[in-house]
Amino acid sequence: MERFQFTKAHSVSEAIGIAAQSTTAQQGAPVRFLAGGTTLVDLMKLNVERPTRLVDINHLELNKIERTSDGGLRIGALVRNATLAHDEAVVRDYRVLSEALLSGASAQLRNVATTGGNLLQRTRCMYFRDTAMACNKREPGSGCSAIAGENRALAILGTSPQCIATNPSDMNVALAALEATVHVQGARGTRAIAFQDFHLLPGDTPHRETALEPGDLVTHVTLPPPRAGATSRYLKLRDRASYEFALASAAVVVEVAGGRFRYARLAMGGVGTKPWRMTAAEQALTGAAVDEGTIKQAAALALRDARPQSENGFKVELAQRCLTHALRLATGMATV
Amino acid sequence: MLGGKLPRIDGPLKVSGRAVYTSDVSLAGMLYAVPVRSTIAKGRIVSIDAAAARKLPGVRAVYYRGNLKPFFRSAPPQGFSGLIDEKRPPFEDDEVRYYGQYVAVAVAQTMEQATAAAAAVRVRYTTDAHNVDRHLVAAKPLETESQRGDADAAFKSAPVQVDQTYVTPDEVHNPIELHATVAAWDGDSVTLYETSQAVMNHREVLRQMLGVPKENVRVVSHFLGSGFGGKLWPWTHSILAAGVAREVGVPVKLVVTRQSMFEAVGHRPRTQQRFRIGASRDGTLQSIHHEYLNQTSVLDDYKEECGESTPFLYSVPNLRVASALSRANVGTPTAMRGPGAVPGLFAMESAMDELAIALKMDPIELRRRNEPKLDESSKLPFSSRHLLECMQVGAEKFGWARRDPRVGAMKRDGLTVGWGMAACAWGAMRDNAQASVEIRRDGTAQVKTATQDIGTGTYTVLAIVTSEATGIPVDRIDVQLGDTALPPGPISGGSWATASVIPAVSSAARAAVQALLGMATSGPSAPFKGAKPDDLQLVNGRVSRKSDPSAGVPLGDVLARANVRAATGSGQSSTTIGGEESRKYSLHSFGAQFAEVTWQPETARLRVSRFVSVIDAGRMINPKPARNQIEGAVVMGIGMALFEEARYDKRYGAPINSNLADYIVSTNADAPPIDVTFLDYPDKVLNELGARGVGEIGLAGTAAAITAAVHHATGVRVRELPVRIEDLLRA
Repeated sequence: MERFQFTKAHSVSEAIGIAAQSTTAQQGAPVRFLAGGTTLVDLMKLNVERPTRLVDINHLELNKIERTSDGGLRIGALVRNATLAHDEAVVRDYRVLSEALLSGASAQLRNVATTGGNLLQRTRCMYFRDTAMACNKREPGSGCSAIAGENRALAILGTSPQCIATNPSDMNVALAALEATVHVQGARGTRAIAFQDFHLLPGDTPHRETALEPGDLVTHVTLPPPRAGATSRYLKLRDRASYEFALASAAVVVEVAGGRFRYARLAMGGVGTKPWRMTAAEQALTGAAVDEGTIKQAAALALRDARPQSENGFKVELAQRCLTHALRLATGMATV
Repeated sequence: MLGGKLPRIDGPLKVSGRAVYTSDVSLAGMLYAVPVRSTIAKGRIVSIDAAAARKLPGVRAVYYRGNLKPFFRSAPPQGFSGLIDEKRPPFEDDEVRYYGQYVAVAVAQTMEQATAAAAAVRVRYTTDAHNVDRHLVAAKPLETESQRGDADAAFKSAPVQVDQTYVTPDEVHNPIELHATVAAWDGDSVTLYETSQAVMNHREVLRQMLGVPKENVRVVSHFLGSGFGGKLWPWTHSILAAGVAREVGVPVKLVVTRQSMFEAVGHRPRTQQRFRIGASRDGTLQSIHHEYLNQTSVLDDYKEECGESTPFLYSVPNLRVASALSRANVGTPTAMRGPGAVPGLFAMESAMDELAIALKMDPIELRRRNEPKLDESSKLPFSSRHLLECMQVGAEKFGWARRDPRVGAMKRDGLTVGWGMAACAWGAMRDNAQASVEIRRDGTAQVKTATQDIGTGTYTVLAIVTSEATGIPVDRIDVQLGDTALPPGPISGGSWATASVIPAVSSAARAAVQALLGMATSGPSAPFKGAKPDDLQLVNGRVSRKSDPSAGVPLGDVLARANVRAATGSGQSSTTIGGEESRKYSLHSFGAQFAEVTWQPETARLRVSRFVSVIDAGRMINPKPARNQIEGAVVMGIGMALFEEARYDKRYGAPINSNLADYIVSTNADAPPIDVTFLDYPDKVLNELGARGVGEIGLAGTAAAITAAVHHATGVRVRELPVRIEDLLRA
């Protein structure tokens, strides 16, 4: 860890003002907001993140969960993962989000990790985290060690020749399926970013992970009103039972009537370089009969574009099984 | 008290944070040392540029080959003294032989400053092609370890054959407590606060490498945040810390990073074992042929004794066990919980399970039919062997009779259930030990011996043994361990610390009581003047005539009247190695492991849902921590079976998953209900109380029982650990 200046921001505008002096809000940013710190401090200890200035935002008034006027939910950026997961409205109306949060990290981490921080969680690619290894995400232009290396846990969707790192967040997968909106306040005012536009594909700039610019502070996330009659589930597959990132996970929100899917929103984790919406599969499901054949076809369609690496070919099959089973659970075709 | 369920006497210290572990030791003026790790696996150091590092805040010095006083090598060991696995002292030459080898060390006022300085040291190398290949190749022709009859001929003519190769990966001990050393010199003498499972050995190695007399080195290790064998012998960081502290003239703390825990402090090496069994159609074994390799480092010959249990576990007329080392650019391996037997029994018990399936025979029945009458390799009787009873009791507890042997046939709650079992064994031994016991005027006793409590409950067991011999209650007994200033004690390894130290402590305690009773009968003010010591007893802290227990005198009064501070006694134990017992008996513990897995084919999700372990390891002095040892070993065995493997990046030669998120071990959620039973047959050959150790046997056979259950549930036989989702997707 290198020396840094620590500032406690007294207002959102003060925090933004300090951060706006930064050259970037992406990898290598000299100014970082400190919320739960579960990713940032970890990466600072590894010398992967070397901010010269930390702006502590923990006491800003961004920690409320409120109903929006349209019946949706507004979640402050500083709402802790544990609080959000156990919130009555979330448990009742957005089960997929509660399940996703509770499948992530450990109870201790969830007690401190925040909504905004989880949105910005960095990849767990082993090469990103080890400064002795080449990594385009950490050091642009240095190369990707993972492509010819130990890539079992890495992405099969949205990869580029420069980066195959997976977005590790469970929460993000649920927010993708719920079509959340990320609200940002920056030097030039506020803006709302559709969830699917918030995270970027690596392409030739894997060090750029989000739509954030210097000074941008995520203030809250909004969820659309819960859809009447819909059920939602999160299924996470991994090697051990707890405290591990997903090899494949699926967030599904579906509405079934008359034996047919009337509505489907599907997203997957553990397989993509960003939280991955399965729009083709959503379209295939909508209007189709709820049966084993339909969901298997949809799952196959969802992984149609998968490009496995040397050690993660199994993820193509595993991800299909994951999505299929999540749909079984959401439609009552399976109970465990 | 013996056989009771006493909580650990050191428990309150640990849960309240008052127990001082090595990395908690903080001394006045102390500096922090952080090593610079090589980022190549093979090559030579060309230059080291520490100029930038030296300019950083708080940095006192940067040392490397050439500016730090060289260390000596430790001479070959004698018995369990002088043992070290990585024998090359740090900075001995410019060669790099494994990734993460220490090439320099930064010293600064804070750990953060030293870490930053270490990161700022620029090292240039010439690199050579390294080898971290997963496929092992013998460095020399295999050597025969054990042989009887003609294993090859008997295998070829056997009507039923199993011929398979089993692989266990490089596993890392990963105790939560990082290895650490705090070195403090006073003139020519040094005190080392160490994470050590063997302070006496540590002193012997360090005094040789530092080139100072034995009495100038004191090694202290009061509490250990577990070791699993990884902290048995000194590692290079300890020598480095001592050397650096000598150079800077103030105490130095060096705490190894989690990353270095995968590189420079040992691991269980990768093994590759071909196992052939030939049997008659009735299941009678005709031949066992066990050939194995284990990976070791370039310089050191670490041998993983996978064939340890093979020659004696079953009756078989033709047998051969042979082995060789395979070299790679990895850190030197070391003993890890159940070294040798644990990977060896994974192979053997998996092969037995495969044989049972080939024979269409119940795996317990197969083992029952091949139960030996004696140890057929040494031709000696077993001191105490109840393997059949372990399997029988285990089968009853597990409900084995309800097993449907067909793959995937058993279902519960929408999941497929798989059952598997394995037998296991672990050597029983006793080592030399000395102890002293002091009975004091205030009615307390103090026990001293330089063994260690590595989390297994040694403090508590010795308090119980002393209480048993003196009648002084456990809460009035102070046990002092983990300090070379105490009477020499054994290593905390091999599951023999308990068996070794009990005779020494018992006899020391009895000697102290005799001394006390002697004072009660002689001397001008003795309360029982004229009586014979044998006519007296010490009960509940009072000395009385056996014939008149009601008229007792507090022991403190006896000591006061004699004007003596304390009654002391010393005792010792002798090793079984080369001793009479080992010429007369085959000394082993036995057990049977039963595993249940649940399997969801749709998602390839596999979990261990239930475990039964029945252990025959002599008499349990304190069953509570003993059960804890077996439970912990089973949880570790689940990790061995399903999760753990250090993965080397073939291009860099680095163990790349060197952290606890990517090298996964069992979590609480992975630990199922574990039913532990001790048969509790005293093994009086080993010591008067009949106790053997239980630190390791719970891991033996566990992975084989789980992979047998995996096969039963899924039809997939995994012969290369760990079992992975990608293996199970084939089901």
